Parts: sequence; structure tokens; C-alpha cells
Amino acid sequence: MTLSAPVPAGTPAARGAAAPLPTRVLRHGAYEALAMLRNGEQLVLAIVLPLLALAALVITPLLDAYGADRIDVAAPGVLALCTMSTAFTGQGIATGFDRRYGVLRFLSTTPLGRSGLILGKAVAVAVVLAVQLVVIGCAAALMGWTPEPAGILPAALLLLLGSAAFTALGLLVAGTLRPEATLAVTNLVWILLAAAGGVIIPAASLPDAAEPFISVLPSAALGDGLRSALADGVFDPIACLVLLAWAALASLAAIRWFKWS
Amino acid sequence: MPTSSPALEIDGLVKDFGPVGALDGRMVRVLDGVSLRAEHGAVTVLLGANGAGKTTTLECAQGLQRADGGRVSLLGADPSRATPHLRARVGVMLQDGGLPPSVRPLALLRHVASMYADPLPVDALAERLGLDEFGAVSIRRLSGGQKQRLALACALVGRPEVVFLDEPSAGLDPQSRTIVFELIRELRADGLAVILTTHLLDDAQRLADYVYILEGGRTVAEGTVAELTADADGARELRFETVPGLSFPPDLLPHLLQRETEPGQYVLRGPLTADDVARLAGWWVACGVMPTGISMAPRSLEDVFLDISGRSIR
Repeated sequence: MTLSAPVPAGTPAARGAAAPLPTRVLRHGAYEALAMLRNGEQLVLAIVLPLLALAALVITPLLDAYGADRIDVAAPGVLALCTMSTAFTGQGIATGFDRRYGVLRFLSTTPLGRSGLILGKAVAVAVVLAVQLVVIGCAAALMGWTPEPAGILPAALLLLLGSAAFTALGLLVAGTLRPEATLAVTNLVWILLAAAGGVIIPAASLPDAAEPFISVLPSAALGDGLRSALADGVFDPIACLVLLAWAALASLAAIRWFKWS
Repeated sequence: MPTSSPALEIDGLVKDFGPVGALDGRMVRVLDGVSLRAEHGAVTVLLGANGAGKTTTLECAQGLQRADGGRVSLLGADPSRATPHLRARVGVMLQDGGLPPSVRPLALLRHVASMYADPLPVDALAERLGLDEFGAVSIRRLSGGQKQRLALACALVGRPEVVFLDEPSAGLDPQSRTIVFELIRELRADGLAVILTTHLLDDAQRLADYVYILEGGRTVAEGTVAELTADADGARELRFETVPGLSFPPDLLPHLLQRETEPGQYVLRGPLTADDVARLAGWWVACGVMPTGISMAPRSLEDVFLDISGRSIR
């Protein structure tokens, strides 16, 4: 074999050419999504823990104060939890270690480039989240969940904004801290937000003094927004704005402070 | 091909790092005026000790670092604003490889290939570099040399016009080294511009069409290996070994560089003639010494490096 394209004598070399942008981004998205779904720890975080949370919330009377049917309150909260685990914790940890190993630097020298790398990560988050939606949606349906049809579109918008905000936050952490610290921080924040960030238990039911702070968290905006959409069929524009603001601020901060090496 | 424009042209490159906490937050200048040209169809070697600025120079040329001063032109464009089209024409092998440990070698190579419109056939490239022997294990289980060969394949799979190889022979056993060196010569024959760094003089001597010696963030010497080691004015080197502590009389051979490199090891360098050797032998007789070893040779690249930097490269 020759190691480069044959070059007719006297013509300039017509060699390396980039694949089209959508091809590059989608190929990288599929590559990262597969890597996430093949990783045992990530799979526990993405599928097993949310399923356990869903079962626990349906079996225990924890959510009885917030709705007539436990599963109607539980399912939207677990979907918000899935978004956090995939976009923030899982993606953040993977990016942190890729940065340590120089993978980000190498891939940014290929036609994928830095922007393609980030877009590909966003695609990977969307793919894994779609798998989670199907698994959790089916499990919840088996437990008797019937989401409000009017809330489906608002919920899709909230999930999109929520994954954008948490992906940007995950990149911000992964691009500024050492990977070990990223691992600790993203897991700790995930646990704190899951427990008291308005994800599973509505922000309004938390202590009055804390509520104004918690309701502007992206976790509460996503959890409460999904609950009002899927349980009551009501679109929550404030939740959308809060998520949009987090997505914008975290993206700007990540662009400013992200270190590639 | 001196008529075409160079593949890479760097002029007065300056790069600062910092602020560095250990230096009270001051900046450290790691590159302080690097200038070089790399032509198509040639192997250009950046030679220097560790910390001389070789990798930083490459990173500025690849667009991974932004220069603080000077000018970098890669295939006629600014690499810090590289388009995907420019990146497709340039292959990069990083010093640390940049390989994800949990992925399998061939899966990674296929993925990198998918970023290009018309990549090399992955299987043939893998076979050529012997990657098929360990294609099924994850990258973390590979030896240093195996990782080097995979990183090289990743740099070449897009059919680049320019390849940057940062320490390509690091960790290679002699057999892999031969494979890699053959490949590099083939790339040159195909008209690629190959730009590589090394701290191994032997690599430079075997591969380089043109050498730049880096020292303290500057290009301090350049030329072909023949030019750099040329005995321009008949410069040769005579080494002899005898009792330590002899001092040369100042009028014995004033036109030659003379030093005792180690106790008992003497070096004379310059335009040596048979007459000089005869005078030296006369002086030995006068001193009553008989050398236990004598050798004479043209300068090696190592001597060039020693002359320039005043220290050994290792």
C-alpha cells in the first residue's frame, strides 16, 4: 500500500480532506454515546440508580403529599435525575479523564476540532438521554404512569434546555479541575441536588427560608418544570428561563475558563 | 522542492507560560525567538535537550497553543485559527499520544478515520504498523512502543500533507524503530513534510534532511547533518587518553581547541594536519607519556551540540 494518495507528477497534492461537519459531529456523538453505554459505572449512574429511585418513590409514601398518584410525581423527577446524571456527572467525568490523557488535544487536531468535539458530546448526551427516556418511560408506564399529553412538548423543551445547562456545567467543572476532583465534585453535587435541589421533592415543599434559593437552581427548574408539564399539563415559562440562563452562563464560563490540557 | 512555498514557516516565535506560583507569579518565557522552515518532501528535525522548547514549538505550529509573538504559517494559514479543511491536511502525533485508555486500538483508528473524507484503508495501515497484533485489547494494556505505533497510525490515517511527530522513537524497540523509520522515509518520498522532534542524536543523524538545534527556547543552529558536522576548515577531532592533569603549552597548537573533558581524556578540535599530530607526538615524548588510546574523526552531531550549548544533550 502507499501511505498517501497517489499524486500525479506535476500536480499539487490533493490529499487530506475533511468529512462534512454533520458527519463528524454525528460520528463523534455516536462514538461517545457508545463509550458511555459500555462503561459499567456510567450505566449504573444512568439506568440502574434512576430505576431504583423510581421503584423506591413508588413503594414508599415519600411523595404522598404532592399528588394523588405517586408515579405521576415520581416519574418526571426521575427524568430530571437522569438528565443530571448523564449530562453533568457522566459527561463531566468522561471529559475530565479525556483531558488528562490528552485525548481532547489529539482530537482537536483532527478535522473534528474543538467545536466539533463539544457538539459531539452534546449529541452523545442526547442519545444516552433518549435511551434513558425509553427505559424509565417504559418502567414508569408499567407502574401505571400516564403523562399529560399536553405536557409532552413543554417537557421535551425543558429536557433539551436542562441537558444544555447541565452539559455546560459538566464541561466547566471538567475543564477547570483535575479529573479526580471532577469525579468527586460532580458526584457530590449530583447527590446534593438529588436530595435537596428540587429534583425529586418539589422546591415548594422545602423549608421556606431555602425555597427562593433552591427554586433558581437548574435542578429545581427542571424537576418542577417537568412535574407541572407531565403531571398537570401546564407549561412553566419561568423554569424555561431559569434553565436558559444557566445554560448561557455556564457556556460562557466554560468558553472562558475551559483548559484543553 | 525549493520552488514551492514551505509547508511550515515560523519566524521569531515567542511563547510565555504562567504566571508561575513558584516564581512569585511571574511569567516564564519558554520560547524566545524560534525560527524555522519545513519543506515538502523533507524530514525536518527539531533537536534539543529536554526543556529546550521543542514540544511547545510544535504545539504552536499545530494550533494547540497560541503564540505570544512572532509568526507561524502552516500551509499558508494561521494554525491557531485552523479550519477543519486545514486540520485534514495535517497529521499530529502528540508526545503523550492522546489515546483514550479504555478504547480498543482499531476502534480508535476507525473513529479517527471517520473524520476524513478519504482516509487510508484502516486494515492495511493497521497491518503495516503491526497494530492488528494487538487490535482486540484496550489501549491501557499496550506497551509504550505499541501506543507509539497506534498514535502514528492516527496521525497518518487522513492522508496528510504535513505530519508532526513529537518524539516518534520514544519507547520503541529496535524492530519497531526500523518499521517507523522506514515509514518516515516513505512519507518523505511521497512528498510529505515530516516535522519531528527528538533528543536522540542518532535519530537526527539517520533521518534528518535538515536539523534545527533548539536551546533555551531559541533556534541556535541549523543545517543539514552534513553541513552541521562539516569540517568547514578541515575541522577534525583528535582524542587521546593518558595520565590526568597534563596542561598544553600555550604555543604548542594555538589554532586548535584543547580541553581535558574528563580526567585523562583529552580532546583537540580544529583544522588538524599531519604536522599538528607530529608536534603533539613530540610533546608526548618531551613529557614522557604514552597515550593508552588515540582516535581521530570528523565531528559528530553530538560535538556540534556540545560546542553550541556547552553541555551534553543527555
